[in-house]
Amino acid sequence: MSRTFVGMPAFPRNATRAVQNSQLRYNLRKATHTIRGKRAAVVGELPDWAELRAAGKAIKDHTLRNLDTYLLQLEEAVTRAGGHVHWAADAAEANRIVTDLVRATGETSVVKVKSMATQEIGLNEHLAARGITAYETDLAELIVQLGDDLPSHILVPAIHRNRAEIREIFLSKMAEWGRPAPERLTDEPRALAEAARLHLRERFLSTKVAISGANFMIAETGTLVVLESEGNGRMCLTLPETLISVVGIEKLLPTWRDLEVFLQLLPRSSTGERMNPYTSMWTGAVDGQEFHLVLLDNGRTRVLADEVGRQALRCIRCSACLNVCPVYERAGGHAYGSVYPGPIGAILTPQLRGLGSELDRSLPYASSLCGACFDACPVAIDIPEVLVHLRAKARHARAERAGMRAAGWVFDRPERLARAQRLGSRFRRLVPRRLPGPLAAWTDTRDLPDIPATSFRDWWDKTDGGRR
Amino acid sequence: MTSPMIPPTRSSRDLILARVRAAVRGAPEVEIPRGYRTAAPGTDLVSLLAERLDDYRAQVHVVPEAEVPGAVAAALDRRGAARLVVPGGLPEEWRRAAAAGREIVRDDPPLRADELDRVDGVLTACAVAVAETGTIVLDSGPGQGRRALTLVPDYHLCVVRAAQIVAIVPEAVARLDPAAPQTWIAGPSATSDIELNRVEGVHGPRTLEVIIAS
Ligand code: SF4
Repeated sequence: MSRTFVGMPAFPRNATRAVQNSQLRYNLRKATHTIRGKRAAVVGELPDWAELRAAGKAIKDHTLRNLDTYLLQLEEAVTRAGGHVHWAADAAEANRIVTDLVRATGETSVVKVKSMATQEIGLNEHLAARGITAYETDLAELIVQLGDDLPSHILVPAIHRNRAEIREIFLSKMAEWGRPAPERLTDEPRALAEAARLHLRERFLSTKVAISGANFMIAETGTLVVLESEGNGRMCLTLPETLISVVGIEKLLPTWRDLEVFLQLLPRSSTGERMNPYTSMWTGAVDGQEFHLVLLDNGRTRVLADEVGRQALRCIRCSACLNVCPVYERAGGHAYGSVYPGPIGAILTPQLRGLGSELDRSLPYASSLCGACFDACPVAIDIPEVLVHLRAKARHARAERAGMRAAGWVFDRPERLARAQRLGSRFRRLVPRRLPGPLAAWTDTRDLPDIPATSFRDWWDKTDGGRR
Repeated sequence: MTSPMIPPTRSSRDLILARVRAAVRGAPEVEIPRGYRTAAPGTDLVSLLAERLDDYRAQVHVVPEAEVPGAVAAALDRRGAARLVVPGGLPEEWRRAAAAGREIVRDDPPLRADELDRVDGVLTACAVAVAETGTIVLDSGPGQGRRALTLVPDYHLCVVRAAQIVAIVPEAVARLDPAAPQTWIAGPSATSDIELNRVEGVHGPRTLEVIIAS
């Protein structure tokens, strides 16, 4: 059974323990600082970054304002180009649609391109429960899947793992999933990448069904766009006979021309490159392939209805806000209890899921409101503004609110950690024991992991801080 | 392959559209300011493209147009490529240079993935190249083949003509037709997944060699 985020305790408690994990902190610090420098350099290189950012923001706002029109236009264009369009109001429906589509092919395994949307709906777990194995093919997703772990970063889901840990996971787990790792595997990144290549090669050449997300969908033309680095995306998008793309309805852009903005904003903001190695664009069914597009709402229209909060739907999942966030750098991605970690997760998760759980109510407090995320965001999402807005909406006992502030505040003063821990432990009784409100519906589609019947501390010790 | 039978989800379609309309009712319209560059004249396109591709550790050669066949043969010799897949529509002189002393595999009828996996490399032209971002765009046009051709073989040799190079991304987008499946390529396959350091060579071609005809 794969692990899920369901039932995780609230942010301050998760974070307080993560801060104590020195290996995690070292890995995160090293990785986020590397990427920060690269991003700053390639952004500084463009004389018109501010204008691109303003255009990106406005294109997204315009799209969201007219989302109904553009969704219909997209549906028509994809259909005209030989694709099939499906609409999923929530996670359960999306999972059901995908399962039916896979079953109709008669296949029992699929290859997957890294996709936040399919993680959000728990697709792999849903498929597994119905006898369909989903093989992740992105290197970082592979590390997470083999390690029976949870993603901790949007772009680099295994950012919390260093090379030695990755080598260990490959050596001990690859054989269970397919071709074993080479016996003399070193922890050189080049050797680890080679091991992944060998492990997945045969699978790419023989699997008949692929599942992807998409970075952008063009309403005018019906074109889908996927940016990637490794070529696993190209393998999945190109070789299989059937391609199923699950895409959030907010990923639309009105026109082909709009790509001229986003193909500049996204690579520079995410990996800090002028351009990512591979970008695939396809329109409908091409090269003899059968193509299905599943349009996913799952809470997005709820976010859209909030005048302040809807700007979160502009997000292009670049992860720049994670990489500059002092809280993320210390707490890591798992503390956010969602596939969307970091500053964007702190505003998106509680809006998508509602403020029903203690975890989701605590997320708007997972910030010191320093504003670095806003400055880095290529579509100018005012994350601090939305955080403050959500804090007002999340009704909290005063004491709990104080506890959360303390836990956030302590990140800048490590010597005060002990005090925050004591404070945190006073709220142990608030650790959720069952899934309240909206989460109950979400769990209908997933297998529930152990809900902490014990205290948070016991839960954490038992799971090694969410790693097992 | 026939289309799978699945029940229509028309009601969810209506539901989502209704939710969208209710959510945005009364929201203001938004003007899109396009103050960014849409062209960058005065750029030395050939040298900038060469420099940017080199940054990604692609192997780059700049030669006069007339010397392209010689450069193709020399690159394939260095690589030791004995079996090569060549798409239709490639200029005859390039194809002939590649064929001398080598086995040429045609993709007609289309090769299976495992067959593609057994060739030593692929030689293609391209549609457009972007100098500022070091990017080559293939759009399945003449001399480029379908997308799998430049994906499965471990070595990709690509010839770019000077007239195909534009300075910045908006110029490339304007030249391309979205109806054609495209692959934008910026260097060999790479990953940043291990401690966020770029490592070349994962699933796509691990070696990208580019000949720019100036
Ligand atoms: S909120 Fe902005 S910076 Fe953060 S991932 Fe989304 S687009 Fe990138």
